[in-house]
Amino acid sequence: MLSFLSKTLKTFRHGIHPGDYKDLTRDLDIARLPFSDELTIPLSQHLGAPSRCLVKVGDKVNRGQIIAEPAGFVSIGQHAPVTGTVKAIEMKHHPSGKMVESVIITKDPFSPQTFYNEHAMEWENLSPDELISLIQHGGFVGLGGAAFPTHVKLKTPEGKNARFLIVNGVECEPYLTSDHRVMLEQSADIFLGIRILLKILGAEKFYIGIENNKPDAIALLTKNIPSDMNGEVVALQTKYPQGAEKMLIEAVLKREVPSGKLPIDVEVVVQNSGTIAGIGMMFRFGQPLIERVVTITGPGINNPANLLIPIGTPLTDVLDYCGGLKENTRQVLFGGPMMGAPQSDLDVPILKGTSGILCLTDEEVTIKEEFPCIRCLRCVDACPVYLNPSRLGALAKTRDYEGMLEYHVMDCVECGSCSYVCPSNIPLVQRFRVSKALLREKQAKAVKKSA
Amino acid sequence: MLIIISIAALGGLTLLLATMLIVANKKLHVEEDPRIDIVEDMLPHANCGACGFPGCRPFAESLVNGGSLPGKCTVSSEEGRVEIAQFLGVDVGAAEKQVARLACAGGTNVARNRAQYQGLQTCQAASLVSGGGKDCFWGCLGLADCEVVCDFDAITMNGFSIPVVNEDKCTACGDCVEVCPKDLFSIQPESNRLWVACKNLDAGDEILEGCQVGCTACARCEMDAPGNLITMKNNLPVIDYSQNHNTQVPIQRCPTGAIVWLDKKKGVIKGEKSKKIIRKGERRIATT
Repeated sequence: MLSFLSKTLKTFRHGIHPGDYKDLTRDLDIARLPFSDELTIPLSQHLGAPSRCLVKVGDKVNRGQIIAEPAGFVSIGQHAPVTGTVKAIEMKHHPSGKMVESVIITKDPFSPQTFYNEHAMEWENLSPDELISLIQHGGFVGLGGAAFPTHVKLKTPEGKNARFLIVNGVECEPYLTSDHRVMLEQSADIFLGIRILLKILGAEKFYIGIENNKPDAIALLTKNIPSDMNGEVVALQTKYPQGAEKMLIEAVLKREVPSGKLPIDVEVVVQNSGTIAGIGMMFRFGQPLIERVVTITGPGINNPANLLIPIGTPLTDVLDYCGGLKENTRQVLFGGPMMGAPQSDLDVPILKGTSGILCLTDEEVTIKEEFPCIRCLRCVDACPVYLNPSRLGALAKTRDYEGMLEYHVMDCVECGSCSYVCPSNIPLVQRFRVSKALLREKQAKAVKKSA
Repeated sequence: MLIIISIAALGGLTLLLATMLIVANKKLHVEEDPRIDIVEDMLPHANCGACGFPGCRPFAESLVNGGSLPGKCTVSSEEGRVEIAQFLGVDVGAAEKQVARLACAGGTNVARNRAQYQGLQTCQAASLVSGGGKDCFWGCLGLADCEVVCDFDAITMNGFSIPVVNEDKCTACGDCVEVCPKDLFSIQPESNRLWVACKNLDAGDEILEGCQVGCTACARCEMDAPGNLITMKNNLPVIDYSQNHNTQVPIQRCPTGAIVWLDKKKGVIKGEKSKKIIRKGERRIATT
């Protein structure tokens, strides 16, 4: 019965089928993590310009109070996740490996830690631009992992038109269940968020894309769609990387986003379900993005959980709350196993873009010997953006970056499907990431020179 | 008969094309300065680009046109440069030899790793994964991208995974400067002997936990140096090489040996204070 269903379900072409391992946390309710004594809020948690700091050392801040304002359009506001005192503003280790200027706040132990300015926000009579500014100052970024500022995607460029809003509830990364739990527990907020986004975009219809490994979420959201809204829940075949914006558009609407173009060029805007729930929550009672749901999972953690964690909480506190790491834990990643970033320091803070904390043991982390390419072209069959990873890999090995440009390496979404299927264990996506970083650096230098 | 026709046709065609080529060769002849070929032959044919031109041939053209001076070629030997200068009847030009210098000394004997990096064994890949796992964010990752990229075999990794530049072989082509993801290399005149071998922007003794030879920004070298030879900027000493820096005074009281004297014969000279740092025995990073 189910196999018959999955054949008729929508999906995109190519892609891979990794095991989903979501059973560890699928049925666990979202719990709140106790506040840590000291929180580190990096001023750069998003793509774009770092926020401009508004507080000084020694300032008292309230939970939810703005501590940094956006420095430009592609930038967001940052807020204090706890009531307390600004202890320092200094360079701190960031999960990306860089040193980033961060605001360090010590918790006030006697504060009840409630949001200081609770009020429902008026939105029905505001113009789209005013709403976009509210979302920007509310500090919203895509909670799926890339942390791209939400409001930038909502600003429709001149001459373009957003007809459809796609809510991304795919969560195609194995192990992660944070979006799944949010969809189950905060469906009212999601629909309020969708209403607001539809008003901003002037879109005619919304779709909620959910993979069929979350039947309870599909059923619940289908049942709860308000009767006055024009939208539907689209059940999708479980496949990786369906949660990538362009793959999701192809799966839901059968539209292909051309190379170098954005979803808005095919009249679509995609937003993560967690982001939309957060926006709904902000307009319901005023709280900006100061905490998020994170899945702490993997074979290397004693008690897997879905936790509501204040932004800036040190990773060690989260791991301790979950019973600590097991003896044979080898690697801790931010994000899922396919695209997540391994951490070299357990003191880094949880960011707005941290969708999961995955702890892997010796059994999962294996180092495989690399063999020559045997031209089986499994990577070509897996690549969701129709590149030729086999050829690109050969070029990357000889450091022919210009040649890679001709093979469209810049269209690579770094999903890792090619490395996953390669029988010769060639580290393809790793090489592409290096090449892309170098090419971007080169382009930036060329732009600087010409300017 | 058929054979005769075909031979005649092909022969005629050959003659016609040959005439056209002869005419074209005479009419479209480009007069090129014969000295360019000679000068190009005198150049080292490394095509390294250190002179700022795409290769040796364009540089030779520029030399003959008077656009640049032979001193710009850092790969040639001193005699080679003089030879070209005499041939063209020009000055040798700025002949101060330049070399690549590494601003890090944190090998595996003194610097600690926070995590073990196991991915693709190149510095550039490692630096993309959470900075590479070294405790010091700014420090050398030791995966030898510079050794691989150097066309002149001037860089070798020592037993503690720190690249060592052979100043005689180094041609200052700048490939290592470009490839290092931590930007630790820079091209310096060979006479700059006083050297800050650290890029750590943190201050205080806490950094010694991660690397025993890091700069703690104690500013003793600034105090000891004559005049304002050394100033502290971003928690690092900055040496003003335009002043007379032929003095070993600033390195003497450095507690960690982050500021050193690079002697042509004796190698790296550290201050008295830093000599008591206990360095672990030779230990190579496992290359799994």
